[in-house]
Amino acid sequence: MSVDQGKGERSRREVLASAAILTLAAAWPARAAGRRHVVVIDKMAFGAPPSGVKVGDTITWTNRDIVRHTATARNGAFDLDLPPGASASAVMGRAGAVPYYCRYHPAMRGEISVGV
Amino acid sequence: MFKCLFVVGALASAPLSAAQAQSHPQASAPAAQPSDPQIAHIAYTAGQLDIEAADQALAKSTNAEVRAFAETMKRDHAAVNEQAMALVKKLNVTPEANATSTALTEAAARERERLSGLSGMAFDRAYIDNEVAFHRTVNEALRGTLIPGARNAELKALLERGLALFQEHQAHAEQLARHVR
Repeated sequence: MSVDQGKGERSRREVLASAAILTLAAAWPARAAGRRHVVVIDKMAFGAPPSGVKVGDTITWTNRDIVRHTATARNGAFDLDLPPGASASAVMGRAGAVPYYCRYHPAMRGEISVGV
Repeated sequence: MFKCLFVVGALASAPLSAAQAQSHPQASAPAAQPSDPQIAHIAYTAGQLDIEAADQALAKSTNAEVRAFAETMKRDHAAVNEQAMALVKKLNVTPEANATSTALTEAAARERERLSGLSGMAFDRAYIDNEVAFHRTVNEALRGTLIPGARNAELKALLERGLALFQEHQAHAEQLARHVR
């Protein structure tokens, strides 16, 4: 391997590295804002709604019941299938109140309040 | 209605026997409270009967809401009974047939026979009304007799989980009963 080729290699790496940093930088604000929250389903009820949820945050529902549930947004934003023991997630895309329910058990209801 | 009254009578017989035993202490006390193997049999039987009722609804009904409800009854009661079977196996208990589970089975057979003669909206209404009555009866028995009577902690916990589920089923059926008119 010649010195010139080595230089060329290095500069290509530098370009790639800069591109990677730029990509990361572009993605950074969204990642920083994207906190994770968990809602546990147990004994036929959705757990307490997490507080401080903001646009871009992820909510994960975990089903600890022995029967299958869903977490289904009334506005159609998400419809998660939750077999016993399973978890599933949705990113909160818009600010506002998001009422949701279980399609199989309509008496099970919850609401996520999403801030800006 | 018929079924509901009959089953309430059968389920009420245990506390009644207890009261009789108290007022006549000289009489040899009958099995006032069902034993754990009997409780397991009653709970399992109730689940199986509701699955059979759901099968009948799926064979006869064309109403989307009624069919979705029946699918949920099948899925949920099968899941609970699967847990019940796993538990009795673990505890090495054999569920024991008793007057209450026999009464439940006989009442359900009569109801299935009556519903087999109905179709369309009349069937849907009868099935849903029966689901309201059935879950109400089973929930009263769970609250009043079966949960307080269960000696094994794991059996008690499963029955409590069942009660939370069946209360939702009752509310769901009551809501459907107002729709399917």
